[in-house]
Amino acid sequence: MTNHKQQNLIATTVKTTCSYCGVGCGIVAEVNRDTREVIVIGDDDHPANFGRLCSKGSSLGETLELSSRLLEPQVYGKQVGWSTALDIVANKFNQIIDQYGSDAIAFYGSGQLLTEDYYVANKLMKGFIGSANIDTNSRLCMSSSVAGHKRTFGSDTVPACYDDYEQAELIILVGSNTAWCHPVSFQRIKAAKESNPKLKVVVIDPRKTQTCDIADLHIPVKIGTDVVLFNGLLSYLYQEYALDQEFIQQHTQGFEETIMAAQNDALNVATVALKCQVAPHILETFYRWYKETKKTLSLYSQGVNQSSSGTDKVSAILHCHLATGRIGKPGCGPLSLTGQPNAMGGREVGGLAHQLAAHMDFNPEDIERVKRFWQSDNMADKPGLTATELFDAVADGKIKAIWIMATNPVVSMPNADKIKQALKKCEFVVVSDCVAHTDTLDLADIKLPAAPWSEKDGTVTNSERRISRQRALLPLAGDAKPDWWIITQVAKKMGFTKGFTYQSSVEIFREHARLSGFENNKKQRLRDFDIFQLANISEDDYHNLQPIQWPITAKKPKGTARLFAKGKFFTPTKKANFTPIKFKPPVNLPNEQWPLVLNTGRLRDQWHTMTRTALAPRLNQHKPEPFVEITSADALDYGLIHGELAQIASTWGKMLVRVVITETIPQGVIFVPMHWTAQFSSQGRMGALVNPVIDPISKQPESKHTPVNIKAYDAQWHGFIISRHPLVFDGIDYTVLVKGNGYFHYEVASSKKIRNWQYHLANQLSPYTDKLDWQTYQDERKSLFRSACFSAKELQAVLIISPHSHLPERGWIGSLFDPLRTGSLKDDERMALLTGKPPLGTPDVGKIICACFNVGEKIILSAIKNSKLTTPQAVGKCCKAGTNCGSCVPEIKELINSSITVTGN
Amino acid sequence: MKQKLVIIGNGMAGMKSVEELLSSSPEKFDITVFGAEPYGNYNRILLSPVLCGEKSIKDIMINDRQWYEDNNIILHAGPDKAVISIDRIRKVVVSKDGTQAHYDRLLISTGSKPFILPIPGNDLQGVIAFRDVYDVNTMLDYSKQKTHAVVLGGGLLGLEAANGLAKRGMQVTVVHSNAILLNRQLDSTAGYLLQQALERRGVRFKMPAKTLSLVDDGKGHVKAVLFADDSELPCDLFVMAIGIRPNIALAQSAGIHCEKGIVVSDTLQTYDPSIYAVGECIQHRGDTFGLVAPLFEQAKVCANHLCGHGVAQYKTLPSATKLKVTGINLFSLGEFNGDEHCEIILFSDPSAGVYKKLVIKNKHIIGLVLFGDTKDGAWYQSLLEQRTNIEDMRELLIFGQAYFQPNLATEV
Repeated sequence: MTNHKQQNLIATTVKTTCSYCGVGCGIVAEVNRDTREVIVIGDDDHPANFGRLCSKGSSLGETLELSSRLLEPQVYGKQVGWSTALDIVANKFNQIIDQYGSDAIAFYGSGQLLTEDYYVANKLMKGFIGSANIDTNSRLCMSSSVAGHKRTFGSDTVPACYDDYEQAELIILVGSNTAWCHPVSFQRIKAAKESNPKLKVVVIDPRKTQTCDIADLHIPVKIGTDVVLFNGLLSYLYQEYALDQEFIQQHTQGFEETIMAAQNDALNVATVALKCQVAPHILETFYRWYKETKKTLSLYSQGVNQSSSGTDKVSAILHCHLATGRIGKPGCGPLSLTGQPNAMGGREVGGLAHQLAAHMDFNPEDIERVKRFWQSDNMADKPGLTATELFDAVADGKIKAIWIMATNPVVSMPNADKIKQALKKCEFVVVSDCVAHTDTLDLADIKLPAAPWSEKDGTVTNSERRISRQRALLPLAGDAKPDWWIITQVAKKMGFTKGFTYQSSVEIFREHARLSGFENNKKQRLRDFDIFQLANISEDDYHNLQPIQWPITAKKPKGTARLFAKGKFFTPTKKANFTPIKFKPPVNLPNEQWPLVLNTGRLRDQWHTMTRTALAPRLNQHKPEPFVEITSADALDYGLIHGELAQIASTWGKMLVRVVITETIPQGVIFVPMHWTAQFSSQGRMGALVNPVIDPISKQPESKHTPVNIKAYDAQWHGFIISRHPLVFDGIDYTVLVKGNGYFHYEVASSKKIRNWQYHLANQLSPYTDKLDWQTYQDERKSLFRSACFSAKELQAVLIISPHSHLPERGWIGSLFDPLRTGSLKDDERMALLTGKPPLGTPDVGKIICACFNVGEKIILSAIKNSKLTTPQAVGKCCKAGTNCGSCVPEIKELINSSITVTGN
Repeated sequence: MKQKLVIIGNGMAGMKSVEELLSSSPEKFDITVFGAEPYGNYNRILLSPVLCGEKSIKDIMINDRQWYEDNNIILHAGPDKAVISIDRIRKVVVSKDGTQAHYDRLLISTGSKPFILPIPGNDLQGVIAFRDVYDVNTMLDYSKQKTHAVVLGGGLLGLEAANGLAKRGMQVTVVHSNAILLNRQLDSTAGYLLQQALERRGVRFKMPAKTLSLVDDGKGHVKAVLFADDSELPCDLFVMAIGIRPNIALAQSAGIHCEKGIVVSDTLQTYDPSIYAVGECIQHRGDTFGLVAPLFEQAKVCANHLCGHGVAQYKTLPSATKLKVTGINLFSLGEFNGDEHCEIILFSDPSAGVYKKLVIKNKHIIGLVLFGDTKDGAWYQSLLEQRTNIEDMRELLIFGQAYFQPNLATEV
């Protein structure tokens, strides 16, 4: 946010919802439709965030550039008009259906789609094409929760809500680095903890993440053993007579078998301690707190879901709530934190292959019901293929045509190289996306330009069932179209004229709401998802729709905060199901060849496959490169050095990343971030390594446990290039692109020598510049080479090559490309350029810690030192760091601690 | 009774010796100085700025006549006072006009003579060297009336003369026998950058070129220069700046052992124990001298021995070269080209006019060339002279001393 921007703004204020995680924060956007400048702040009135935004959300305005967008339909690499593109897609789909049947077609959607988009995609596939081969990236994220909910409650219901954060007295965060993945929820919990001294926070995670910053207790369970931990909890509560027998009796079934199974698995703390590899006193504390605290809230996320026993883990968590009756009441209950802005909306419409629509299933009655509603004569009659099965079928040639919408499976799927091969082989690949290049889009036969956040208009549902409007801020750019429009056009061209006549998203929303209420009653088929009250919403009311939690019924027209308060569930008996659970270890265990366990996860400032976040320079500074975290003991064993490169390999693939030695993970485990793609790194795609193992019920992949090995990568040289213009590298083993403010920053390393760097750079820069003037530094004996080039005194690129990885700082060099900087370099700056250090007197702020305010480590450290600061609040007051999204506060604390240690010594 | 010290040569080396003596043992000697130029003692190095008009003769005076009086030094200055003989038996020197002086100790600092190329026409009018105030005045007179100047020699002196004459409005061509300017101080890259910088100042170059003869205008004045490639340049003023020769005629005539120069020991003593010599006239361990730094060092050592302290030894260190052309910074020291056993650290930014080269051998700097950015020259020189092991500082060494000051790294 610059003053300059603010002044120019002819402000139109639009309220919308963030495009990132499942917290679903409200945003107030100040929009200049002429300049397409958007400034976002948190919406004080939105019940998900009450004005707060995280670093990612705060940077949304910086991600709206058009240069990286897909703006025209492309058919086999050629730009065409919409009607041509749509004809080709529709004809090809029809031809394949005629030839191979409707199961030869698949859709692969995304939690980034709006509910309206999702609805028509699901309707087209399941109601008209007549196959259920539509699955979504929510399969990788949420499906274990869905399956656990379904199995236990009879419905995919999240019973609790965010208000419970303030009401709870024990919050258990299971497999969730909330601090980084759901930062605003984390801040809310943190604030709740500060105002309520009774509130205790327990973090269950093999890693000691930044979330542990607010933990009263951290339980570093061995990966995949959550079932034992919660079976142990159930046994403990049972043995301590801490169960709600009345609730169990009246509102549940299957308890006896379940408690027996739990005791078989985890009879006592000692057993649990052994299996989970956690000290007994830690478990005892946790179990005692659970016993003593009625208001217990369990929040869980990918650490639970992404597992071959994900459904069981979810069930085990739910069991403890059911057995203590801690559900549906203020301050207690299980709450699955969804990863995507509209994972919940996708589940509402039936976007997963095993769901039908509107929380109805593939049973004859529901199929018949939806068929009548859609007036379809070609309903799918059985569940379709789930994500991994679906891409297997593509690889096997059973699926001939696939349409991928708003997601990047070549990066995010397990065994991702296989996905790549499958798509390469596939007869017909359609991808609709808003950006011009993704690893997936690059394999598409047909590319369809979809409207991105800021241009599309519809609804999303967050983790607490709250439907919010995502509103268009800007006119559609180029030829981009909303996904629902693209889908309905294809449907019509395929001949399904009747079911897809919508003129706007509100018409779809009304139908979706109508279906949710269709025969939704005790007599016919009572379902949790019901927003029938909105079925006749006017266009104005839709436009102004305030955030509201489903179900929205005649009794509760203003929505419903919590469910199951009365102990009525959506099973045929209305009783919740206990299911006997037995601990199963991860499918592939480490062995001699693959001795380490690969864990994967997210970073604070990146989102999924970086297509949007990597456009915002300040989000790329926190963790600029893909890396692997490893303990110092393991690093010693495997000969790895902090800051050097390492190659990780599994049976399925390999990657090349920077080594980060840390003691926040257990020995025997390594951690890599999930975000990097081939667009930004040569060998940083973690999906290539992940084992294609799935939960037998939810079909969710086990992305957090893959046996791997690791070895030091012997680079002949390391280096980086910071360039005003994009560059392409061939034959360099390690390249990572970090987009900066006015520059492209590449980290490079290779085992092969590059003979003439200047020649390569000059070639690549020639489209952008005239004659280049070179500055060079060379110490041939030491293999040191540094160079900068200028065009008419304007700095174009800086190149640093060294035989070792201790390279100059990148920050100051990058700052010289700032578009707001005017004039060429000063003489002393030019002479200092290749040192990476500013000339005497120019401040070097160090590594960026606070992405919101762009505050560097050195600024913070000097503030701590000079003003003798001892708290993050004081640091915030002094230099603003940590005062917006707050997610860097743990790092600020670390800096304070390290300063104290240094002074103490 | 004080001893008598006589100094032949009122130049920088001799007078530096006197200054050193006065500061350590002011009462030791009665001092008499003979000088062939009619002035006090001036800084010859600064003649170039005088030629350019950046300084006046007054500005470059080190010691005026008053100073000699104040220090009870007898000064015999002027062409008539040039010493013509030394009677080593009687320990007496005699000048052209018959002035005699007895000495207990004699210091010879007769300096050097410009080398005059042995070609036809080298005795014509308008053919001069660039050595003293007289030469500067000659050049200034020509620059007011004439157009074409040719400077022979692309060394320090020649380039300074050329730059000065160009600044004074003459069309100047530098004729140099080598393809590289300042080839005794610069490598080819730096030489090229220097040439460009001087060309921007209006100096022209003809190089490599061999001068055959100077052409008489019929009145005994030079009018043109003829070259071996048959080309010809018009010429009103021809400045010879192709080096110097130690001025040893007097010493030789007195039977003092000379080779290229007056041979001296590490204490600056000649073969005659009563006679010392310093400056451009000497030869020490085979070396002769043309730059000011070693001269001053010799003066110090010599004074030390004249006073009878007798502890200092002269040792030749590599001397740095600086060109006195305003706006052109260059610095050269030691073995700037290196050999196959050397390692080179190079920084170049031609369009910014900067070139730096460090020659490393066995983890030590043994030579360097700086062009354009010379602010770290003195620092490198101290690293070279102190034989500092630079291995740990190697990566940033070429970027200068600023990166090795303790507080720099983390201060904001």
